[in-house]
Amino acid sequence: MKPSAFEYASPATLEEAVSLLHAGNGNAKIISGGQSLMPMMAFRLAVPEFLVDLKHIPDLNIIRIADDGVHLGARVRWCDIAGDARLLTAHPLLAEAITHVAHYQIRNRGTVGGSLAHADPSAEMPGVALTCDALLTIIGSSGTRIEKASAFFTGPLQTTLEADEILTELHLPAWPTARRWAFKEFARRKGDFAMAGVALFYDLDGNGRAENAHIGAIGVSDCPIRLGAAEAALNGNVVDDNTIAAVAAAARAEIDPPSDIHAPAAYRRALVGTLLARGLTQSAG
Amino acid sequence: MQIEFELNGATVGTSVEARTSLADCLRDNLGKTGTHLGCEHGVCGACTVLVNGEAVRACLMLAVQANGDKVVTVEGLSSDNLSPLQASFRKHHALQCGFCTPGFITTAHALLTAEPDADEERIRDVLSGNLCRCTGYVPIIEAVLDARKFYAVQKEKA
Ligand SMILES: Cc1cc2nc3c(=O)[nH]c(=O)nc-3n(C[C@H](O)[C@H](O)[C@H](O)COP(=O)(O)OP(=O)(O)OC[C@H]3O[C@@H](n4cnc5c(N)ncnc54)[C@H](O)[C@@H]3O)c2cc1C
Ligand code: FES
Ligand code: FES
Repeated sequence: MKPSAFEYASPATLEEAVSLLHAGNGNAKIISGGQSLMPMMAFRLAVPEFLVDLKHIPDLNIIRIADDGVHLGARVRWCDIAGDARLLTAHPLLAEAITHVAHYQIRNRGTVGGSLAHADPSAEMPGVALTCDALLTIIGSSGTRIEKASAFFTGPLQTTLEADEILTELHLPAWPTARRWAFKEFARRKGDFAMAGVALFYDLDGNGRAENAHIGAIGVSDCPIRLGAAEAALNGNVVDDNTIAAVAAAARAEIDPPSDIHAPAAYRRALVGTLLARGLTQSAG
Repeated sequence: MQIEFELNGATVGTSVEARTSLADCLRDNLGKTGTHLGCEHGVCGACTVLVNGEAVRACLMLAVQANGDKVVTVEGLSSDNLSPLQASFRKHHALQCGFCTPGFITTAHALLTAEPDADEERIRDVLSGNLCRCTGYVPIIEAVLDARKFYAVQKEKA
């Protein structure tokens, strides 16, 4: 199907973009890479009357690596992340997770900001943002706010973004070089959305025990989620076979995944345990 | 809206609605029907064209977003004879009905231009974004692998 009619503008500044959204009174939408919005409009699941393109707004496509971590502009594309070798050390979890996002041609247009704002429960970027305690910079007609990723995602395709707000930057806190981590997911075809996926990291204390465990999952709930019981089962323990089994069991017990045409709930639950065990084994190696 | 962009090396101007996709604009306004539409929501890859040298889904881009860009369709990859990549598709029987072929050719062209030494794993990974319902992919991969030598020569010259 084709999208319904709308007007289109490509403003040169953020301020202009915000005021266009504001004037749109709930019927205006941003278009960034268009890789989620265009299909939504073709299916008429989204029928915006006005599209505001971020294309000509400067500096939103910058990847900045600083002492306090990695700053990704909202218009940074998947291919930009894949092409930036600095990220392999500055944020290896991000670099790895992004290799699972979409296909070659889509990666040339899909963006970080679009993915976060779209908030697909199976998408990798929201899962990484949540697991890593990321901060989001959001600009709207009432000013700028910084929101924690943990508060941002409120449901499937739902966030705290107001109709006249623009996400401008994702900040992933600094990554210690000795940190242990893994990202694992399973999809039928490489580049397709995952049936389930896990992101994890932890640090080791002086006795080789895990501390500061962060474990997140995608594709098992309305939003990306943190697996608190699994984290508790990991903290304070040496990452050996017993711990790995306990963490996987805790994760399976604490999730309540959906059943859909892609997989029944029981399959997703087992999958999360398996992916987590593989990830932990890899991280310990 | 009036838009202007470079299409296969020549400047073209046309008038489109804001909602017109780049794929529809290329086919309906500009007669470049080599750009095929399969799914129209980004899954099949048949509509792949090059925008500023990068392979993108023409069904997931608005024509107005291409204003000022350089667009290349499958028609732009050869003039009189088949391009080496196209000839390799013929040699390896990498097409049957040919519906998916423009998307495979434009995608593989973008890949090999940037990475003439792409290995089989990389080629499989990239081409996994395109669907073919006829050939079973193996001949397509063989055709792309075989065409790498032409791109390596080009890259050396450049
Ligand atoms: C076939 C296919 C396979 C895919 N597979 C995957 C996958 O495996 N994993 C995955 O994560 N994604 C996948 N995607 C989605 C892809 O990564 C999208 O590009 C991405 O989710 C959205 O980014 P975008 O820049 O294209 O956003 P757009 O489509 O332009 O926008 C999406 C939504 O976000 C809003 N928006 C965009 N930017 C901003 C901003 N800066 N501030 C506020 N609101 C904004 C828009 O208004 C819209 O509602 C796939 C897409 C396709 C077509
Ligand atoms: S028609 Fe564009 S990807 Fe299928
Ligand atoms: S040759 Fe028929 S779809 Fe590929």
